[in-house]
Amino acid sequence: MQFDAHIPGGPLTEKWDRHRFELKLVNPANKRKFEIIMVGTGLAGGSASASLAELGYRVKTFCIQDSPRRAHSIAAQGGINAAKNYTNEGDSVWRLFYDTVKGGDFRAREANVYRLAQLSNNIIDHCVAQGIPFARDYGGLLANRSFGGAQVARTFYARGQTGQQLLLGAYSALMRQVAAGMVTLFPRREMLDLVIINGQARGIVVRNLINGEVESHAADAVVISTGGYGNIYYLSTNAESSNVGAIFRAYKKGAMFANPCFTQIHPTCIPHTGDHQSKLTLMSESLRNDGRVWVPHNPGDIREPQNIPEEDRDYYLEQKYPSFGNLVPRDVASRAAKTQCDAGRGVGLTRCAVYLDFADAIKRDGKDIIAKKYGNLFDMYELITDDSPYEKPMMIYPASHYTMGGLWVDYNLMSTIPGLFVLGEANFSDHGANRLGASALMQGLADGYFIIPYTIGGYFAGTELSPVSTEQAAFKDVTQSANESIAKLMSIKGKRTVDNFARELGQIMWNYCGMSRNDEGLKKAMKQVKDLRAEFWENVLVPGTDGDYNKSLEKAGRLADSLEFAELMIHDALDRTESCGGHFREESQTEEGEAMRNDESFSHVSVWEYEGSDTIPKFHKEPLVFENVELSQRSYK
Amino acid sequence: MKKLSKTISITLKVWCQRGPDDKGHFETIGAQNISVHMSFIEMLDTVNEQLTLEGKEPIAFDNDCREGICGTCGAVIDGQAHGPQKATTLCQLHMRKFSDGDTIVVEPFRARAFKVIKDLVVDRSPFDKIIQAGGYISVNTGGAPDGNAIPIPQEVAEKAMDAAACIGCGACVAACPSASAMLFVSGKISQLALLPQGKPEAARRALNMVHTMDACGFGNCSNHRECENACPKELSIINIARLNRQFFKASFFSDLA
Repeated sequence: MQFDAHIPGGPLTEKWDRHRFELKLVNPANKRKFEIIMVGTGLAGGSASASLAELGYRVKTFCIQDSPRRAHSIAAQGGINAAKNYTNEGDSVWRLFYDTVKGGDFRAREANVYRLAQLSNNIIDHCVAQGIPFARDYGGLLANRSFGGAQVARTFYARGQTGQQLLLGAYSALMRQVAAGMVTLFPRREMLDLVIINGQARGIVVRNLINGEVESHAADAVVISTGGYGNIYYLSTNAESSNVGAIFRAYKKGAMFANPCFTQIHPTCIPHTGDHQSKLTLMSESLRNDGRVWVPHNPGDIREPQNIPEEDRDYYLEQKYPSFGNLVPRDVASRAAKTQCDAGRGVGLTRCAVYLDFADAIKRDGKDIIAKKYGNLFDMYELITDDSPYEKPMMIYPASHYTMGGLWVDYNLMSTIPGLFVLGEANFSDHGANRLGASALMQGLADGYFIIPYTIGGYFAGTELSPVSTEQAAFKDVTQSANESIAKLMSIKGKRTVDNFARELGQIMWNYCGMSRNDEGLKKAMKQVKDLRAEFWENVLVPGTDGDYNKSLEKAGRLADSLEFAELMIHDALDRTESCGGHFREESQTEEGEAMRNDESFSHVSVWEYEGSDTIPKFHKEPLVFENVELSQRSYK
Repeated sequence: MKKLSKTISITLKVWCQRGPDDKGHFETIGAQNISVHMSFIEMLDTVNEQLTLEGKEPIAFDNDCREGICGTCGAVIDGQAHGPQKATTLCQLHMRKFSDGDTIVVEPFRARAFKVIKDLVVDRSPFDKIIQAGGYISVNTGGAPDGNAIPIPQEVAEKAMDAAACIGCGACVAACPSASAMLFVSGKISQLALLPQGKPEAARRALNMVHTMDACGFGNCSNHRECENACPKELSIINIARLNRQFFKASFFSDLA
């Protein structure tokens, strides 16, 4: 299969303007003739639903939660980047572009990232107009903070609830369009499959999570924005219902999957306490602006942290990376924590944690200032752990948080299936091998508010679309196969619960395809995953019925996808023998133990094509061409 | 350092209801070896694993982020929405707040406007309807002025943020003796009425949201302040006062009156 990223010609700084001019337009009166299916209502899907409806398209919006306001974008804490340079520190679109390409370890497309940096400013303007209560200075202007390793303060925030506020802004805009009759809302629906007619994406099949009915819906285009697949690790910061299902099923229908092994392990999460644990809670990395990360020098030092004197503490990030210190990018901070714990210097009950200490910051600024900055995070930490970070250092450990990989899309955000667009975390496009802090919100909203409204018009204007209806055989066939898979899951009646399988899969992936990977481990994981998948289809126990609210059945369907998808991740991780960003291959490291890229062999996007559930997927390569930045080894020393 | 192994045994009296038309009843379920580090939701997970293995149907409950921000989870625990701990959602309530041997009564958020779907799962879509009636600023994508073109005093932005912190969980409705949604509605009305961007539509918003709230079957505020007490995000009833002001102003003095 041929695939073309459709990057516009001309200089980097003019590509998006030029492309917008070259995209064909749909006459305003004709827009209402087009119907669009939106799956997912996070920042990307919510903002896209609203913006497309505002333009006059008829939109059907589906979400897995009971309301679009609950999509997991709501949990993003820290902030959203923009190149406003309000702080006069020398920030610019170019600098944000450069930082993002470099932060992604040179594994993202220049043109996409530049466009993202350009649009960052429009996002802030639009969100302010929507009434997002961003933090402000005394003079009433917008406040900024430095975030996640950036050397300029370019992050806009609304306390520790930036994702919530931005999502509620998009949700409100969406609700306005529902009231206007432009959007029809379908909550509590889970996408089970994609329907393709004449090679074009023309509909979806969903399960109604209340009554179990499998429904089909037709449209002129389908837009998926269902987020990432971090829950493959079982313990992650993702929400319960975040899952790979929609994008994986599109992949099985021919949409290619890019860089599945690029996952982000976030360094500052609350450590786990036991086998009952169902998720890990993230503590915003803004905490690293004032907190100091340390472990005891001596392995097995079990003294209470306040009783460990300075000389017995190792502030390992400050030692190793004097210029960035505690603010090194997420992948670097996570691996460093793992290295300490692997060396036996971990702290806490499980010995899988490091300290994040605010004592010096409180001494310097006073408790009030620190409380103002981080009060809600400290409260949240205390709620979960019963310890107060004002009195005692926090304990943190890395956890799966975000996935950079996703469905492959071109510059128009269209997948390899015509008419199937993919936005936000669900696509692979902008973050390369590592996402910088406060960049996910930016990408989701750029895709939804400012990119898809143009590019989908270009698709409609230049495409022949025949009328379709859900009565057609294509819909009937897909509905039937969806019903059969559900019936199969219900009929097994084995001895192990869905969660029990999910935990085991998560453990395998965390151990061998997590923060650190090697050839031997990955091969071992491949075998274990295959065995687990075989056992799942013989021994899973799904209680209840399929015609009812049934969480176990929902989870079983998602786990069935994850078990197949895990193999794809492992294939990709095996194939990419270099280290880059969040993908650390032990075979490829510098003498100091830092990730070592291999630009000669791996300066490309790995794109995988489905060939059957027991066949190795077909590999394609999209070469990455860097004309504007010089590839360098990342150094945060 | 806390011990890893501290566990308790409890008895749950859980509301079971097949569907909206079923009468429903309490089921008594014993739960042993519950780690005090579990959240209430994780305790329910554990109980559900046990029920599944016993060939029974698990307890249906909604939840998603499990970090207190999405507003999906919620139940009335021993008569209190989201349980005994202040400013805490059910998913953030930990079992260390309970003692060995406790009997815990678990019920759904009850209100005329919230139909029970199954067990602890209720239909809160009336909240979406209320937002559709005006919980937004009518601004289309594109064409917004520079973010700093509209200075907003810090205190005003902070108050707007206080009001905007609502997670739409519905605890306020469950806690209210008249099942009123005033705290929920007032959060959105306050946020937008405080900010200059929201002022042009303030009158229409107040009238339409309040009328929709009534039409959805929510009761009236009777100043019990139970909503404020149950709110996991500590929304103050000052917002309700602000809502009333907005509503009366719109009713008597606006062009829409």
